[in-house]
Amino acid sequence: MKGLKRNIDKIKPHFEKGGKLSKFHSVFDGFYTFLFTPNETSRSGVHIHDGNDSKRTMIMVVLALLPCCLFGMWNIGLQHFMAIGDPGREFFKLFFYGFFAVLPQILTAYIVGLGIEFIVAQIRGHEIQEGFLVSGILIPMICPVDTPCWMLAIAVAFAVIFAKEVFGGTGYNFLNVALVTRAFLFFSYPSKMSGDNVFVQLGSQTAVDSYSGATPLGQLASSTDGAVQLTNVLGDPLSMTDIFFGFYPGSWGETSTFCILIGAAILLISGMANWRIMLSGLLGGFFMAVVAHNWMSPLYPVSYLQPLEQLCLGGFMFAIVFMATDPVTACRTNTGKYIYGALIGIIAILIRVYNTGYPEGAMLSVLLMNCFAPLIDYCVVNSNIRRRMRRVTVKNS
Amino acid sequence: MSNIIKIKKGLDIPLAGAASESVTTDSSTVLFGIVPDDFPGYTWKAAVKAGDIVKAGDALLYAKEDDRLCLTSPVAGTVAEINRGERRKIEFVSVRKEGEQTQKEFGKPTDKASRMEMLLRSGLFAMMRQRPFDIVPFIGTAPRDIFVTAFDTAPLAPEILNADMMADLEAGLKTLSEFTAGKVYLSVRAGSGITSNAAEVYEFQGPHPAGNTGTQIAAIAPVNKGETVWTLDAATAARIGRFLSTGKLDYSTTVALTGEDMKNPHMVRTMVGASLGTLLDGELDHTGGKIRVISGNVLTGVRVDWKQGFLRYPYRQVTAIDEGDQTDEFMGWASVDPGKYSVKRSFPAFLRGLSKPFHFDARIKGGHRAMIMSGEYDKVFPMDIYPEYLIKAIMAKDIERMEQLGIYEVAPEDFALPEFVDTSKIELQKIVRDGLDYLRKETL
Repeated sequence: MKGLKRNIDKIKPHFEKGGKLSKFHSVFDGFYTFLFTPNETSRSGVHIHDGNDSKRTMIMVVLALLPCCLFGMWNIGLQHFMAIGDPGREFFKLFFYGFFAVLPQILTAYIVGLGIEFIVAQIRGHEIQEGFLVSGILIPMICPVDTPCWMLAIAVAFAVIFAKEVFGGTGYNFLNVALVTRAFLFFSYPSKMSGDNVFVQLGSQTAVDSYSGATPLGQLASSTDGAVQLTNVLGDPLSMTDIFFGFYPGSWGETSTFCILIGAAILLISGMANWRIMLSGLLGGFFMAVVAHNWMSPLYPVSYLQPLEQLCLGGFMFAIVFMATDPVTACRTNTGKYIYGALIGIIAILIRVYNTGYPEGAMLSVLLMNCFAPLIDYCVVNSNIRRRMRRVTVKNS
Repeated sequence: MSNIIKIKKGLDIPLAGAASESVTTDSSTVLFGIVPDDFPGYTWKAAVKAGDIVKAGDALLYAKEDDRLCLTSPVAGTVAEINRGERRKIEFVSVRKEGEQTQKEFGKPTDKASRMEMLLRSGLFAMMRQRPFDIVPFIGTAPRDIFVTAFDTAPLAPEILNADMMADLEAGLKTLSEFTAGKVYLSVRAGSGITSNAAEVYEFQGPHPAGNTGTQIAAIAPVNKGETVWTLDAATAARIGRFLSTGKLDYSTTVALTGEDMKNPHMVRTMVGASLGTLLDGELDHTGGKIRVISGNVLTGVRVDWKQGFLRYPYRQVTAIDEGDQTDEFMGWASVDPGKYSVKRSFPAFLRGLSKPFHFDARIKGGHRAMIMSGEYDKVFPMDIYPEYLIKAIMAKDIERMEQLGIYEVAPEDFALPEFVDTSKIELQKIVRDGLDYLRKETL
């Protein structure tokens, strides 16, 4: 490593002010700090620091996403081979099918997103910030497997520029960047983002006769009599185990509740996400699911789902664990976090059940609550201020 | 009877290098220095010239705002240097200890006014602080209450009190009660058994910052807008007691030499302002490379050049750690090093337990970022204040908001632990210090 460091240090002057490559200073700095943790020492205040920095934080979140990501790739393969009637279920065959299916999307998201971040950092003269490391992997995971890369590129560019950079970059955005991307795709290209034909990749093959590519929530939304038996792509009934482990079509990263729970455990143990938001989100969602199930009606077929199925299906769990807990866009006060999480849970199920226009409500719910998070915090902080003011008046009276 | 207060939020940083109980006496130090920067809130002017002969207790510096307020010489001897920095600001005044150690006679106090005059002239008044602003107290303003803290919970901090000081402490507390219409509070470590008739005693339990005055005030009786409280440590209170009852100024102090880069961390008995060059002679272990010497603890102490620097206020600890600026950590964000400490359990070290001593150096271990993580500060900030919001109000220079969010209750040291745990490596103590100075300038 010493040799590498020496070589990099040798070319470093070119990238500094006045050097011939100073235009790429931020890019160079980004790679430099990626390779070597800055050995800057403290100048004021405390003399020692905790080992955790924002790079480590982002890496831990990516690590927490890995189980979902790897399972999702395998599941893409599974759905594909089931759909075309191929009986082979070798692990690597399924996995690599999925891997190569989503690789272009992941690359597109990273290249476009990081590219914009690099350019903006250079224009502003900032260090490159690592927020997009997480967004870049999140974005493909919450999109259908057949999303065209050009759409993804436009959506990512829109989200990174208008949801993040115009507000000042990582740490200043008030909307979750990954969800803005998803929302942009959803409203701009609805036919490619929902329906029965986007969640299973058929490629050039033809599907077997019994095939239907509808997701469980899609099946419910289009049902007329309500009492639907959820099925997999071949029309066989889906058990609760299938639902829990995620053997059904959907946005590929978010189907497996099991993998999401592993991710949640990683986030909570490493202290990267807040348990208050997760817990209140789950309770809020469960509460609303119970309410909906209690007053089920054929008008709103999704209300027929059992509360547990409600929680495990679609993007609900994924949104609660990975989206709602984004510290930048969530509430920052502890009291606020309970309110914020609970409302996300309630509104997600509310939209899903009672707005038949949208098959899934998690995305809209989190984005809506992102907008309200500052207001909730404002109220919580103001109650602290009132408490302080009261102390003064009590003293003076 | 005492009141027990449990502090739950906080963190005892497991820094290696605790001092042993053994106490040596420093007899080699002849140079002593007083640094005006340690006494914020006043503009200090030199009261002596280089070469002047001074006794212990003679004024070296006086406040431009009120010339009764002095910083005094801890020893008798000759003024060695008045060191000036930019714009002729005095950096330090040093005195070479020479000849017979005589002390200035302050006379016998007769009433409250003469006792105050003696405190001002002896330099003991300057060893107190006030909230708001965390500065040397305003002269002539009676504080609402006076808070005396008898223990220090900062990393590797020594005990403030020893058994010999108890009588002086009691006398000091009694004197202090004269200066306030309110109460004198003495905060002690739970189970220490310290009692007092002159003050109301509160016992504190829990991790750092339980020993910080700010934490104690917040738990006992928070400061409101328009109120002033004085704060001091029990060693200063004991000095005050001794001075006003016997006329003797006690400049002696027991200093803990701590940190991994001390060959033999232990206690040493010396005087206020001792030159570190002699105090640390032969104590530092240079085998690990560059050393950072801090007068004070690693959270709030001042970095000093040990060859030229002096023991700084509050005169009770010196810490030596690796500077670490030559360390190149390859892909530190992927580190699985079991020696890397984080409260967040994001490094494998948490598997071996986070309470065993860890190696720390002075690296900030990351890049500066905007405030990203939420709730980090709250976990180590045991006051009824929203630290993130207060910091943002200070950065925005929004005075009304700062007041509403409790700026009058805090000092920079209260933000030391949040600064340590901060993922975004924001210089919180500096922000708070600047905010307090700004507020003082704008509102007074």
